[in-house]
Amino acid sequence: MKRSIAVFIVFAIAIALVPLGGNNFFVQQATFVAMYCTLALSWNLIGGYAGYPSFATAAFVGLGAYAGALLQNAGIPMVFAWAGATLVTGVFAALLGFGLLRMKGHYFAVGSISIVEVLRLIASSWSSLTGGGEGLNLPILAGGPEFAGRLYLFAMLSMMVIAFGMTVWVDRGRLGFGLRCIEQNEDAADMVGINVTRYKTMGFTLSALCCGTVGAISASWVAYIAPTDAFSILMTLKVPVMVLLGGPGTILGPVIGATGFVLLEQTVWAQFLDYNQAALGIVIVLLIFFLPGGLLGLTRRTSRIPATAAHPVSQEPPAATGHPAAVETVTQAQSSKGVHA
Amino acid sequence: MNTPLLQVAGLTKRFGGIAAVNNVSFDLQAGRIVGLIGPNGAGKTTLVNLITGVHQASSGSLRFNGEDVSGQRPFESALRGLSRTFQIVQPFPKMSVLDNVAAGALYAGRSPSLHQARDEAMEHLEFVGLRALANRPAASLTLPSRKRLELAKSLAMRPKLLLLDEVNAGLNSAEIVAAIELIRAIAARGITVLLIEHLMKVVFSLCDDLLVLHHGELIARGEPQTVANDPTVIEAYLGSKYAQRMAG
Repeated sequence: MKRSIAVFIVFAIAIALVPLGGNNFFVQQATFVAMYCTLALSWNLIGGYAGYPSFATAAFVGLGAYAGALLQNAGIPMVFAWAGATLVTGVFAALLGFGLLRMKGHYFAVGSISIVEVLRLIASSWSSLTGGGEGLNLPILAGGPEFAGRLYLFAMLSMMVIAFGMTVWVDRGRLGFGLRCIEQNEDAADMVGINVTRYKTMGFTLSALCCGTVGAISASWVAYIAPTDAFSILMTLKVPVMVLLGGPGTILGPVIGATGFVLLEQTVWAQFLDYNQAALGIVIVLLIFFLPGGLLGLTRRTSRIPATAAHPVSQEPPAATGHPAAVETVTQAQSSKGVHA
Repeated sequence: MNTPLLQVAGLTKRFGGIAAVNNVSFDLQAGRIVGLIGPNGAGKTTLVNLITGVHQASSGSLRFNGEDVSGQRPFESALRGLSRTFQIVQPFPKMSVLDNVAAGALYAGRSPSLHQARDEAMEHLEFVGLRALANRPAASLTLPSRKRLELAKSLAMRPKLLLLDEVNAGLNSAEIVAAIELIRAIAARGITVLLIEHLMKVVFSLCDDLLVLHHGELIARGEPQTVANDPTVIEAYLGSKYAQRMAG
């Protein structure tokens, strides 16, 4: 845990130092890395911890983009528009989650991906508000492209740090433990006193918040949004793949997966313009067959239960303070094991 | 007499046209071990599911500690101090044995922190004799150990009433003797126990009181000896040979 946080801090500082190189292309790539790390960390809360395979990422990003764009065009200062977009997305996710999270497994996956399509259709049909297929223009930031590039990099970087902080907080607390229980056995989680509906809705809402902000920031960054770009099916598929690549249910896995994926995409896939989506498909298949625990799973076989390994267990027999029955039962349980085998 | 811990009144559950539990009423006094017996399909597990909120009753009412708890959901029942074990054990398979128990302590047991929940969990594991296996994944346990894990988990929930659904099924006779001791130790902590059980040896050595369910209806209740001599119970469940052996 502490090592993961240290690795993340070094990584965040490295991204912050990219502008010193002075190359705008690298600044842009670093912005993409920070953005996808944020999205992957967010997805991990519901997809990794709770085990609910959400494909709603692009719905939250798109909603955040439109909310941010509309607020900014209404004259609200950029940063406040971003905050407003976050709030809108969070409320939307909380209401949506209450209904959607009644479904499980494949049903939930299909249900969540349909949200992306429904929102895209609304955005393209509601021309009076969203500009329909023509999209919306946003005010271009004063100060020149170099300044803007840096500003958006630091905005995305801040989101990545916030998403990571949120993950650490969830991982250590009651919420994360409860979500892990839900992932393992939802009925049993209910029986030990976890309000599963509330926990899942909280996980889902937390997983949406930063996506909404990222959507609003990227809308300002590109200064133009249109329905198909904002509600991108490809993005909604990529983010879970990134987390699976890195290691779901861990705090560092999403960061490793997203960074690896973005760099791979930019360097290798740009060479195969026609086949890059086929390549994505192959990556998904290979992941499922060979790396179910992600890249982090390679280094830690038991990555799911690292926290308990720290808890001391003495090998001595139960102390005399225990109930006499306990002593008796240990020996019996052990001796009977041989009989059963 | 004190207010009973659990008051069941006219509880009925219909699945389609079949009444799995039909107009069952009884009170449970705190501090007792009560057996719930009856043939397969009598509705014993359904009754436990109704009491713990897994199923919602078609009609009837349920009071726990004087409070009306009809229509509660499972997590609410757990938070109120009604915990249960499952006939088919329900662990969190990939989590460690310790964390399985800690989950009970953290949520229903209201432990203030995960660290403290784990400390408490360790005590419960020691009580049921699983301490040495604390860091193993729950999925790696043998059946008798999994039953013990279920027990430790429900104890960690700090129950007032513990419903044990066939905790002894599938155990050999040495393990059953140990399990009887364990249940007795649990009751000695002041926890009221409702025990679903097919093994008469267990029932007669543990229970202060018996409830007999048949075709969803409560056909007898009372002290074990009285119930064992009840002709209706002999007819429905025990069989005449068993009754003769008991009498002789």
